[in-house]
Amino acid sequence: MNILLCVSKTPDTTAKIVFADDKKNIKTDGVTFILNPYDDHALARAMDIKEKTGATLTIAHVGDASSEQVLRKCLAIGADKVIRVEANPTDAYQVAGYLAQVAQAGSYDLIITGRESIDYNGNQVCEFLGEMLDLPTVSYVTFLDVEGSTIKMKRFIDGGEETLEIEGKAVISATKELAEMRIPNMRGIMAARTKPIEVFNPQPVEALTELVSLEAPAAKSGCTMFTVDEAEKLIETLRTKEKVL
Amino acid sequence: MSVLILAEAIQGVVGKPSLEAISYGKDIANTLNTQAHVVVAGSIADTEFARIANAGADKIHHVKDTRFDVFSSKAFAMLLAEVQPKIEAQVIVMSATFNGKALAPRVAAKLKAGLVTGAMELPVINGAFTVKKSVYSSKGFAITAINSPIKVISLAINSHLIHSTGNQPTVENLSVNVPDNAWIAKIENVERQTGKVSLTEAEVVVSAGRGLKGPENWGMVEDLANILGAATACSKPVSDIGWRPHSEHVGQTGLTVNPNLYFALGISGAIQHLAGVSNSKVIVVVNKDPEAPFFKAADYGIVGDVFEVLPKFVEAAKKLKESH
Repeated sequence: MNILLCVSKTPDTTAKIVFADDKKNIKTDGVTFILNPYDDHALARAMDIKEKTGATLTIAHVGDASSEQVLRKCLAIGADKVIRVEANPTDAYQVAGYLAQVAQAGSYDLIITGRESIDYNGNQVCEFLGEMLDLPTVSYVTFLDVEGSTIKMKRFIDGGEETLEIEGKAVISATKELAEMRIPNMRGIMAARTKPIEVFNPQPVEALTELVSLEAPAAKSGCTMFTVDEAEKLIETLRTKEKVL
Repeated sequence: MSVLILAEAIQGVVGKPSLEAISYGKDIANTLNTQAHVVVAGSIADTEFARIANAGADKIHHVKDTRFDVFSSKAFAMLLAEVQPKIEAQVIVMSATFNGKALAPRVAAKLKAGLVTGAMELPVINGAFTVKKSVYSSKGFAITAINSPIKVISLAINSHLIHSTGNQPTVENLSVNVPDNAWIAKIENVERQTGKVSLTEAEVVVSAGRGLKGPENWGMVEDLANILGAATACSKPVSDIGWRPHSEHVGQTGLTVNPNLYFALGISGAIQHLAGVSNSKVIVVVNKDPEAPFFKAADYGIVGDVFEVLPKFVEAAKKLKESH
């Protein structure tokens, strides 16, 4: 079995997000970039499947060489190789269009993305890829296993979970429930140094959307404090003043 | 030209998120001086058509095909892509439920339509077509322009009021040519909580953290939630230790919620937690530590022991419900 895991690089979950003056980027001073957490959970589960079935695990990423550190981490955890698409996409449709070219250039039985990146929170690439590759898609997968050519899954539905399976190829998106993240060990880190990061030059893909501006949330006007004995008064305020009860 | 809205029928019933999407789509249709067409597929109770119309549907297209009782993003994308040219839909709207979030990109890619997921407000249409959404896990907003002729929007849950238009239902049956192989997945089992308020749809959320000291103390949290018709939630450490199920975890890597009212009880307010809740309209924080970062993101706060405050909240909520 061949698995393709598509990953992105995001600001650390604890990063304080400050928008740059052009309102189109964030200020990156002091911001650490990490493997998108959902991709990290997916990587851990993909490794479980690799260890169980002997599958090969290829990582695909769209972005410039500044992503190398994050990609080496994937190799250190145990992925076999990385294909980095040399491009600077401006929307998720472009990202998916490039990844679809990577997928078509290889032969993959299972393609995994994180459910969303924690920066743009788009939740788009998995389903875009499925449509572009004409493959079935399952989003928000919370459990994943492979038996022969059957992919067994659970996925989130509103208010619950659905258990399902697909015979043959699929594109799926991973939630954090798939597996605990793995931490690379020294042997993995050493091995990663000699594993390949291939650079893939894609055909152009058009963007369908354009970021106009980023805005910081309106600052809260301040927190109105009540004492413990005023707890009842607070509940009344929520009804009479805020009208939320 | 028209606006096409998908109403999801779950076990024959159209939920609040879909009604929000219908009213949102109707508002867009009004701006564009056109009609709001709602498509609903699969089994649906007859009474639902009146609710769909009242929320704003000018016309309802019912695909009476029980295959659509099973969700497949491919099948629903084919359905919408078939309907779109028939009614010359310029904008396609659905709620960002789990199914809606899966479907929106699939149909957008099929139609080569630009997509914004999780819209928080109506689009601004003035030559350009721009949509506001939450980004950086609620640490900011993005204004995105959709440049393609057809636009697809998924609407964040709890982000638009449901109208009562008084529209009477006009229902047309519609048949579509979606092949059986659009449903490749074999569904083994569906587990759905019943009788509980869904966390993503809830207008009030009562959330608690490690300050509760142990799972045995959640009775009070549930009491308050039950009285207020609220959903219960928790912080990441609490679901990680196993005090509460993962399905209750709100925060950066858990669920994102935007209720009208969010109670944070004994939660310090780590940046990852705030990421999942900061779009809540009113936030009430109870914490014994006056330095807890959550107070900076809160509208109302009490510095005090949650074990003292929570019973008072429960009593006050009881009184409130009895008197109204």
